[in-house]
Amino acid sequence: MKLLLKFAVAGALVAGSTVAQAADKLTFYCSAQEDWCQLMTKEFSAATGIKVNMTRKSSGETFAQIKAESSNPKGDIWWGGTGDPHLQAAEEGLTMAYKSSMRSELQDWALRQAESANDKTIGIYSGALGYGYNEDLLKKNNLSVPACWKDLLKPEYKGHVQMANPNSSGTAYTTLATMVQLFGEDQGFEFMRGLNKNINQYTKSGSAPIKSAAKGENTIGIVFMHDAVKQAVSGFPIKVVAPCEGTGYEIGSMSIIEGARNPDSAKKFYDWALSAAAQSLALQVKAYQVPSNNGSKTSPSAPDLSSIKLIDYDFKKYGSSSERKRLLKKWDTEVYAQ
Amino acid sequence: MISALTGHYHRNPTVMLWLMVGLFSSILLPWYGIEDGFFDLEWIIDGYPLDSDFAPLFFLLGQGEKLWLTPLIMPFFFAFFALTLPQRSSAFSWALIIGGGLGLIWMCGQGLSIGIRGWQIASLQELFGPLDERQFGMGYGAILYFASCLFLFSTGLAEQRGTMGDKFIIGMICFVVMLVGIFVFYPIIKLIILAFIDEQNAYSLSLFWEKISDSRIWSLGCVFAERRCGVAWNTVFMATIVGFLTTTLGLVFALLVTRTNLRYRRIFRAISIIPLITPPFVIGLAIILLFGLSGVVSTTISDIFGLTPTRWVYGLPGIVIAQTLAYTPIAFLVLIGVVESVSPSLEEAGLTLRANPSQVFQTVSLPLIRPGLANAFLLGFIESMADFGNPLVLGGNYDVLSTEIFFAIVGAQYDQGRAAVLALVLLSFTLAAFYIQRFWLGRKSYTTITGKGDSGYNMKLPPLLSRTVIFVGSSWAFFTIVIYSIIVYGSFVEMWGLDNSLTFKHYITAFSVSIEENGIQWTGSAWNSFSTTFMIAAIAAPLTAAIGLVTAYLLTRHNFRGKNAFEFGTMLSFAIPGTVIGVSYILAFNVPPIEITGTGIILIVSFVFRNMPVGVRSGVAAMSQIDKSLDESSLTLGAGSFHTFTKIVLPLLRPAILAALVFSFVRSMTAISAVIFLVSAEYDMATSYIIGRVENNDYGLAIAYSTTLIFLMLLVIILLQIMVGKTVTNRRQAGTETQGGLNVT
Repeated sequence: MKLLLKFAVAGALVAGSTVAQAADKLTFYCSAQEDWCQLMTKEFSAATGIKVNMTRKSSGETFAQIKAESSNPKGDIWWGGTGDPHLQAAEEGLTMAYKSSMRSELQDWALRQAESANDKTIGIYSGALGYGYNEDLLKKNNLSVPACWKDLLKPEYKGHVQMANPNSSGTAYTTLATMVQLFGEDQGFEFMRGLNKNINQYTKSGSAPIKSAAKGENTIGIVFMHDAVKQAVSGFPIKVVAPCEGTGYEIGSMSIIEGARNPDSAKKFYDWALSAAAQSLALQVKAYQVPSNNGSKTSPSAPDLSSIKLIDYDFKKYGSSSERKRLLKKWDTEVYAQ
Repeated sequence: MISALTGHYHRNPTVMLWLMVGLFSSILLPWYGIEDGFFDLEWIIDGYPLDSDFAPLFFLLGQGEKLWLTPLIMPFFFAFFALTLPQRSSAFSWALIIGGGLGLIWMCGQGLSIGIRGWQIASLQELFGPLDERQFGMGYGAILYFASCLFLFSTGLAEQRGTMGDKFIIGMICFVVMLVGIFVFYPIIKLIILAFIDEQNAYSLSLFWEKISDSRIWSLGCVFAERRCGVAWNTVFMATIVGFLTTTLGLVFALLVTRTNLRYRRIFRAISIIPLITPPFVIGLAIILLFGLSGVVSTTISDIFGLTPTRWVYGLPGIVIAQTLAYTPIAFLVLIGVVESVSPSLEEAGLTLRANPSQVFQTVSLPLIRPGLANAFLLGFIESMADFGNPLVLGGNYDVLSTEIFFAIVGAQYDQGRAAVLALVLLSFTLAAFYIQRFWLGRKSYTTITGKGDSGYNMKLPPLLSRTVIFVGSSWAFFTIVIYSIIVYGSFVEMWGLDNSLTFKHYITAFSVSIEENGIQWTGSAWNSFSTTFMIAAIAAPLTAAIGLVTAYLLTRHNFRGKNAFEFGTMLSFAIPGTVIGVSYILAFNVPPIEITGTGIILIVSFVFRNMPVGVRSGVAAMSQIDKSLDESSLTLGAGSFHTFTKIVLPLLRPAILAALVFSFVRSMTAISAVIFLVSAEYDMATSYIIGRVENNDYGLAIAYSTTLIFLMLLVIILLQIMVGKTVTNRRQAGTETQGGLNVT
């Protein structure tokens, strides 16, 4: 017993001498590209002195994690990644409502995103859907240059087109939902069936088609245009196409996790991430999405949303889990299984 | 205080010890987990012992908080009561069994039914009404208390068996059973339950049926029509091919190394080991760089013959090539042990009876190898089914279960129920294969090291076979070398396919170090995950070896009821694919009573229990090779059992210890499928960092990092080999070396 007491006293002394002032903390789930996440972490820490723990996972993985942790949340803020899982999280009550003072500086679409989720999420960037092709491979195979969605149905592209599987990728689901909205449900699925004949692989991840095009493993990849621009700017022989019929888009979002352990830090991050200064950081890491703050810097290489024909994408309807399940099931049986 | 007690009561040191531990943990240690981490000591000055977050059990109850914990005092009364009874009486043992058992049951019951949001189970809520209070995960106090109840219980069990009962052995059995129950069975049960739950959180058999009979799983469309086959059949088909190929090549290598006169054949051994220490994705990437649409080989061939390159490598062919490269070493390590253990005297007998070498090979050697072949096949089959990295990179449109599970959870459908169902399908396949392996091949005596002499050399191969083996073996070895040259070269190329100039850029980005005023700055982007990975692997490896060897000791040297079930339980996790482990761990350990997600502990635990079967198998193999007569003679000559264990058994176990250490270390460094679910901000692992790079088209960095890992693991293996040392027997040298690798039987 005496010995134990000695241990306890010694332990207390050691602990007393080493305990530091508890600093503010933030657990940050990031669903953008790795270097962007790291830059955001570093700059936010530098600006506020808050110690940030960042985990980078794709938006799907992060959603799964937040859902699994819902009865005991570990994360505080979730930044980046396509809007649908953020909307779904809002729908399932995994994230909490917050009205930032930065709202006045934001573009309309960012606020519409917040509206459709009862303020549980907000738009931080957006990007239009399109496709990119590998110039060298196109020439090598004597293929004509595509300009519209319907061009991709031409028999000459058989085995040259790649897109992700909408069951596993938010990008591909956006493609499916875009076609349904652009051509109507019947014609949209007719298009997907025609496209299916030319597809060489349904990849798992959304941006994989353009990455494999960049490496010369594929000719045409259906992706978000900023992903294609990034490959082109990196020096790969990629050309970006904004389809002539018009196209859908995503709104990259940010949400505060319900039951966050450090809600104040999360709100500070939220406000900061909506500022023009924070959003301008994207250019340093070749992220060519359109920022939601009106005052942010943009790159001349970035696709100009105002010059692209955008459809009136219904995020509320096509982001809901029932509509999503219905479309995916239909795609599985009528397109993929054929 | 102790002497006062013992003066009065009957002295039973084990009971005294665990009673003291129990009291100590409930009076002094914080009952619940500390939010800031297991090793954080801030609680001592922050409201302890009265603050309910940090209060020990008795302080909680004294303040009228968490009253559902009150029955946990009962075990103490029973233990005190037991001490008043005469030892060896059945009342004494029953008092301990009931007391300890009560504590265990109540701990589990309250832990599972009351959680962070009050009642966890709806029916309890209806019965008792809503509960305002809540509780977090177990802390130091609760863990030690649990251990104390466990060992009081096991002491009771041991006493009940009278003089036959060995307290230590029975305690160890209970301990291992408890660990396996918590860290293998509990998560799996959580997962299975999930497969039966619908979106409204109600149990639904019809939904389960609908999900499991899905045509996407079982369709045979590719056989009867131009449609896709279900993932289940795809997976089985792939695993069968890979099992067949790895077994064949493994046998070729084993024969090449042991039965031919080829010079430099030792090099083959080294070459065949390298894939074991290669991080996932790397082989897949190298195959794309060689055979992809714009791969080196593809473009060269198409230039020469004027063919149009195709994407043939994406899909089944690519997966099969990559997996065969990766898993042939496992077959090799299994088979080389078997090939070498074929007793030379049997072959010599055949030759003496005037059979020619090829007759002897066909009628004596091959039949003796046959069980090994089946074993190697099943291992390749299981590994291929559980593989995640290669199908992810090379799968193309060929869907298999492991990736489907992953994307059912992280994909756009977020369908945990489907993931659970797919996981069950995969689990039942691997379990079936495992069951066949265990019960069809498991019953065999492995005793080959005895005190008796068994000298002689194994026969060489007949000439024609020898030439075939050398040809096939060398070709495959050459292919392996090409793959690894591509990997090393790729880590020095600026940007593959675009700018082939050589550079150190990737290594500098990953591992740069700068010296500044306040010491060394680890500025490279990979250091964080690198040090975490190394630390976690270094902690997990000895734990795996220890628990594996203890289990092996129990299995080989002791008989007890339920031994078969015990053995099956300890081996089960080998058949559980990593993806399944990852998902089920998240489900089980994110909520009280055991709350360890987001810590390094969950990674360590997952590695220890994932790799434990290898520790057990290598321990069992080694211990059943050591004739009991060695122990007995040592005992007869007057050495105590402790002395016998340390001087006789342990030195002979060195290869097994080494095997367990190396395997566990390597697996922890290269595992990906479970890890990807369990990494967190603070504990990021190398493999998950590498995936991020691959996703980002950053092949150079990914390959540079992987190359560094390969060399690091080689270094560690060599160091371990030196530290642990070799078993020295008077037999042929080769016989001992093989056990240094992986020895799953």
